[in-house]
Amino acid sequence: MMNQYPIWKYLLLVVVLVVGAVYALPNVYGEDPALQISGGRNASIDEAVRDRVVNTLDTAGISVKQAEVKPGQLLIRFNDTETQLRAVDFVKSELGTNYVVALNLAPATPGWLNSLNALPMYLGLDLRGGVHFLMEVDMKAAAQRALEGYSTDVRSLLREARIRYAMIRAEAQGVRVMFRSNEDREKARALISKELPTLNLQDIDADAKQGLLASMDEQELRDIEGFALQQNILTLRNRVNELGVAEPVIVQQGGNRIVVQLPGVQDTAEAKRILGATATLEYRAVDTEHDVQAAVSGTVPAGSRIYYERDGNPVLLKKSVIVTGDQIVNASSGLDQQTGGPQVSVMLDAKGARSMLNFTKKSVGKPMAVVFIENKTETRIVNGEPVRTSKKIEEVISVATIRDVFSKRFQTTGLDSPQEAHELALLLRSGALAAPINIIEERTIGPSLGKDNIEQGFNSVIIGFIAVLVFMALYYRVFGLVADLALALNLVLIVAILSMLQATLTMPGIAGIVLTVGMAVDANVLIFERIREELRNGNSPQASIHSGYEKAFSTIADANITTLIAAVVLLSYGTGAIKGFAVTLAIGIVTSMFTAILGTRAVINLIYGGRRVSRLSI
Amino acid sequence: MQLLKGKLAIDFMGKRRIAVVFSAILLAISLFALITRGLNFGIDFTGGTLIEVGYPQAVELEPIRNALATSGFDGAQVQHFGSSRDVLVRIAPQTEKESAQLSEEALAGLRQQDAGVEMRRIEFVGPQVGEELTEQGALAMIYALIGILIYIMVRFQWRFAPGAVIALIHDVLIVLGFFAVFQFDFDLTVLAALLAVIGYSLNDTIVVFDRIRENFRKMRKGSPVEVVNRSLNQTISRTLMTSITTLLVLVSLFVFGGEVIHAFSLALILGVVVGTYSSIYVASTATLALGVTKADLMPTKVESKEGDGSMV
Repeated sequence: MMNQYPIWKYLLLVVVLVVGAVYALPNVYGEDPALQISGGRNASIDEAVRDRVVNTLDTAGISVKQAEVKPGQLLIRFNDTETQLRAVDFVKSELGTNYVVALNLAPATPGWLNSLNALPMYLGLDLRGGVHFLMEVDMKAAAQRALEGYSTDVRSLLREARIRYAMIRAEAQGVRVMFRSNEDREKARALISKELPTLNLQDIDADAKQGLLASMDEQELRDIEGFALQQNILTLRNRVNELGVAEPVIVQQGGNRIVVQLPGVQDTAEAKRILGATATLEYRAVDTEHDVQAAVSGTVPAGSRIYYERDGNPVLLKKSVIVTGDQIVNASSGLDQQTGGPQVSVMLDAKGARSMLNFTKKSVGKPMAVVFIENKTETRIVNGEPVRTSKKIEEVISVATIRDVFSKRFQTTGLDSPQEAHELALLLRSGALAAPINIIEERTIGPSLGKDNIEQGFNSVIIGFIAVLVFMALYYRVFGLVADLALALNLVLIVAILSMLQATLTMPGIAGIVLTVGMAVDANVLIFERIREELRNGNSPQASIHSGYEKAFSTIADANITTLIAAVVLLSYGTGAIKGFAVTLAIGIVTSMFTAILGTRAVINLIYGGRRVSRLSI
Repeated sequence: MQLLKGKLAIDFMGKRRIAVVFSAILLAISLFALITRGLNFGIDFTGGTLIEVGYPQAVELEPIRNALATSGFDGAQVQHFGSSRDVLVRIAPQTEKESAQLSEEALAGLRQQDAGVEMRRIEFVGPQVGEELTEQGALAMIYALIGILIYIMVRFQWRFAPGAVIALIHDVLIVLGFFAVFQFDFDLTVLAALLAVIGYSLNDTIVVFDRIRENFRKMRKGSPVEVVNRSLNQTISRTLMTSITTLLVLVSLFVFGGEVIHAFSLALILGVVVGTYSSIYVASTATLALGVTKADLMPTKVESKEGDGSMV
């Protein structure tokens, strides 16, 4: 008999339907406004912290929906955003700067769905509110800084070797050194190429003077740019942690740009201020003559100060600074050639090298520490009002014993893991090579607009969807209803795929869904019109269904593939808004092919297939 | 229910000269507007700062302009956005001030004038980003057209490809012309809409072409004009149906989707209307003008057997 589907096709449909429904389901539950609290450098999350927070909120008369301890974080859910916003200041004041408190929207998905990894769609900034920054690292400044470092080096090299020069200047192309005689130039050339082998030397003659232009090669320039970018990303990460953002996105874009997305952040002025701050660091001598414990209990010797390590361990350091962060030219992690253990290589500029040499000459065998200094904002509740104060945080990130006399280049070994070495190098660099970053694009969506966007987007999808459903049912009757079923399944599948991919849903993305709803029926319209035509030509109902589907197929495929081409082009060339639209459009095209052809055919076959039919309700 | 009953025999191609004149007029107006007035590019392309603010009550624009002028933003464009309580402020790119500061200063100025003001949206696009977006947008458009051209050449016959692309350019130009005539904002979302229009209009055109190809192979007799006419009649109800359903959702988006999506849905509505017209008249007329014949579409084997002398 005609128009019967093999059982596997029905099974396939049912499986797709069930999987689609399950993964689309989390979106039904919505999201709770929540606070996400994670431990800082020396604080951990446990039941005790939870009780503290819950008690504080209780006293303040703020109702908590749920407080749950997860690995590494504490999640406190509230019934509405207002409560959440009121609670954040109380929690921050109770926990202090050791904890990071972030505003978040936590999916209210039930546990069994969570265990299937089913999550709701990820809403874009235009729907949830927040800030998007595109930042550009000033690579020219990074290169210039490195050249300035080199010019100091060259100057002290020439001075030490008593080679006379007329002028040394860092220029855009390299370090320009002018001499009074060719003889001096040749001596300098030999010296520089021996001591600073990475520099390219080139003869220049101007105003009857002989000169050298020392420039960095491509590789070194690329390294400097790479470091500048990495260091800026790290610094931004630290800053963002301080801002308390639940799901920040900080990624590199192209060779010199960084995208920062902070969902839920409203105070952009504050965000911009904190993102712009820079960290510094200092090398200090450890005070070995006095006892740390005695100092902690009250008698701090003159000329020394107590600092703390990351794990809270006190260290007594001399007040005089050996080298500051801006004297560090470079720091990189690697492996110790002798022991094979992780190490960090540090390079100082000429000034730093001199102070380091003077210090290490008399301090071999003694320990030296690195102190990392940053500014943090602290929130306290004063008379019921939150008060924010800026606080300087100083932390010892490394203590190492001086093995030998050194100046410009040295290694820190004895680190626990390559990971630790990598982190230390990044932290050291953050005081150096601080290439300035500029915000070149900013998009901020206020909370009320985000809410409006969700509401309006949702409404327009629903209203458009219902209008199409009604129209199709009126126009094609039973076949129209079948097409409606397929359309509903299509919507579920789009939502399910977006949820599975965790693609970002934006306002243009919603527009893409709306457009797909309109266009998805196209395949069915093509098929149904073809069936009507076959019926008019006097074919039997069964034959008409069969050839209607068959003949419409290639048309549908052609039409959809060309639209898909447009969508893919949008995906690869578009940014932001356009991408969001293209993603949903592309997904919608693919799912609509499945539901409109296979889905409707299956149902039509169930209704009409395998029996005598005198007329079709089309 | 049927929009058009029974077997249709409308002489579409007989009126193609009128259509050519009609299209020519529309294109002329569009080009004229594009050249003389140009598009009202949004900050996505020009760079600059855009601030959307909401007030608890309806507001007049003049005091807001004055407040901004006091804060040093004389040239700021101020307009209502969607309702009389929402205001859109546009500030041209400024070289002496840093971007981050700029929006804050403007907001501070607005707050002084009315403390109830609420920030709804800030967008800042640096001039170089604007340039890049413009370039990328133009590239995306060109690549989409080339990709489609190649697909149609492979799938149909080369004579169809220019027809389809001419129809697409026709649609895009008219929508652009409309935006130029009325000076509606042309931002990134409108660009996305234009690309969707390309996809949609093409969809329509392909369906018609598919039928033309099928009929060329099936109909033993009949001139190319008759074949095209027959194909258009067979596909017209589908063309209209799909346009109607698509327009239904687009109108819903336009009415209920909010101000942010207005320009986008408007561009699409226009595009769907123009695209429907162009797939009937422009694409087919262009293909006929390029001299498509039966022989062009016969599978190669059949062609050698049946060669009826109409090869070009």
